[in-house]
Amino acid sequence: MRWINRKPGRPLGWILLLLPFLAVLAAYTIASDIRRAENPRDKLLPAPAAIVETAQRVLTQPDKRSGKILFWSDTAISLQRLAIGVGIAALIGLLIGMAIGLLPYVRSTLAGFVGVLSMVPPLAILPILFIIFGLGEVSKIALIAVGITPFLIRDMSLRVLEIPSEMMVKAQTLGATSFVIALRVALPQILPRLIQSVRLSLGPAWLFLIAAEAIASDAGLGYRIFLVRRYLAMDIILTYVVWITLLAFLIDYGLKTLGERAFPWFGKGGL
Amino acid sequence: MKLRSLIAAVFAASVAMGATAATAEEKTEFKVAWSIYVGWMPWGYLADSGIMDKWADKYGIDVEIVQINDYVESINLYTAGQFDGVSATNMDTLSIPAGGGVDTTALIVGDFSNGNDAIILKGEGALADLKGKPVNLVELSVSHYLLARGLDSVGLTEADLDKVINTSDADMIAAYGTSDVQAVVTWNPLVSTIMEQPGANKLFDSSDIPGEIIDMMVVNTETLADNPNFGKALVGAWYEVMALMEAGDEAALTAMAEASGTDLAGYKAQLASTEMFWKPADAVAFVESAELPTTMVNVAEFLFDKGILGEGAPSADFVGVAYPDGSTTGDPANVKLHYDTSFMKMAADGAL
Repeated sequence: MRWINRKPGRPLGWILLLLPFLAVLAAYTIASDIRRAENPRDKLLPAPAAIVETAQRVLTQPDKRSGKILFWSDTAISLQRLAIGVGIAALIGLLIGMAIGLLPYVRSTLAGFVGVLSMVPPLAILPILFIIFGLGEVSKIALIAVGITPFLIRDMSLRVLEIPSEMMVKAQTLGATSFVIALRVALPQILPRLIQSVRLSLGPAWLFLIAAEAIASDAGLGYRIFLVRRYLAMDIILTYVVWITLLAFLIDYGLKTLGERAFPWFGKGGL
Repeated sequence: MKLRSLIAAVFAASVAMGATAATAEEKTEFKVAWSIYVGWMPWGYLADSGIMDKWADKYGIDVEIVQINDYVESINLYTAGQFDGVSATNMDTLSIPAGGGVDTTALIVGDFSNGNDAIILKGEGALADLKGKPVNLVELSVSHYLLARGLDSVGLTEADLDKVINTSDADMIAAYGTSDVQAVVTWNPLVSTIMEQPGANKLFDSSDIPGEIIDMMVVNTETLADNPNFGKALVGAWYEVMALMEAGDEAALTAMAEASGTDLAGYKAQLASTEMFWKPADAVAFVESAELPTTMVNVAEFLFDKGILGEGAPSADFVGVAYPDGSTTGDPANVKLHYDTSFMKMAADGAL
């Protein structure tokens, strides 16, 4: 049989799935062993057992000063910032994207501007964002929103333009107004695509979140990572990195499931 | 399958090799990292001017001086074993390499901050008025230490503040310009830039705690023991530049000023708030003074209090520090930071 037609069975599939993860873990363990043979208190690559120990401590022990378990309060505040930032960006992206896609007047006015705006690297104009939004919560949410909104607007407007013109014509012959077309023709087709776009922009959103928390903050996952980096506490950093990866994966999976459940007409193939 | 395990092996080997690149044995090639700070600019100059090469040639070795843009990253790289030496403060040397089990020697004590680090309030007030206010600073840095010492001097603690907000030094000046920020703690050249703004009010600076924030060149103890020529070359080159600077050599000072992003006048102003040890004998006297152990105990207590003296550190005495006369503070069984004046003495005696 040709290789392109050979498929692994279910158990083998699972093994193959886990294999790269195990390989990375093994490589890490070996590298860590070699380093610790030389300096038992090496901070760069702590032993996996030490990381698990640190993780247990970080997950359960309350902070001396505030009495809160920092891990969970960091997670809560970061997820809140992420949710608000992405939520605002998705809402603006949807509204302006649809307007640009449907209304030639708005398209003429805004399409070029948004195209240019989406090329501005937000991290490069941070000082301006500070002056506009201050240094508090707003600035962190704003950085996420500013960072991903232009992409969402452009993507949404392109998706609207992709709607077959036959559909638009048909709706018009049935007497639909612009508003009804937006609501009944465009929106149902755009919402599932919005979820797709949000999924794609979550990577940059996390990046902007961690950047914002690294710059000026007193809580959050990114804040903690940059703080403990000052004394090379890789055991804490790795615990947080694993957690962020897991969170990002779960959010992505959650959005995918939401898309499938909420918009069954869109089909699994699209997602 | 085979390919995967091969990749794993290659990955492990490359990480491990990169990691062990700078361990001790006799060798002829050395790498030293430095970052921008008024008292460390000579490192850039002695690399560019060929003074380092001259001294390295004299001892038959090769020393590469690398500028790292991020101060903490440079210390982390040294701690990870990528460099044989790094420019660092006494506090960060104790917490990062020494706390991380990398036996480290303070080879050159270059200066101490004498006003370069400052607590600045927006508007009128005194140190006691910080009570209930948020303070922006690079957390766990010497700024944080300065704040702790300052608050201590008026009977306050950090708990009396509204909160401290970790703020990147790269964004400190922009942060100061926003209305949210009421007080900052930072270092030069940021201090002089912030003080130019109307209403900036310096409450406390490092000249109030002279000799406590020390800027040094630290090297791996084992590497130094196996390769004394490495120490001799660094010290020789350093004090040649010190002599130039003390004599007011315009070309050298201008080069350093430009490398630090200011002009000659600006650099001289920063030097004025830095107590440079131009002569090796002055540095030796400072290191051998009775105040240094007291300072290091203070610093160790601060680090322990903030939980950054290393994982599972049972007390502030966890990491030992050895002084030139053989005395130690902290745990004598776990000495990871050595103050060694023997190389600076050779320079003082003209024996290099």
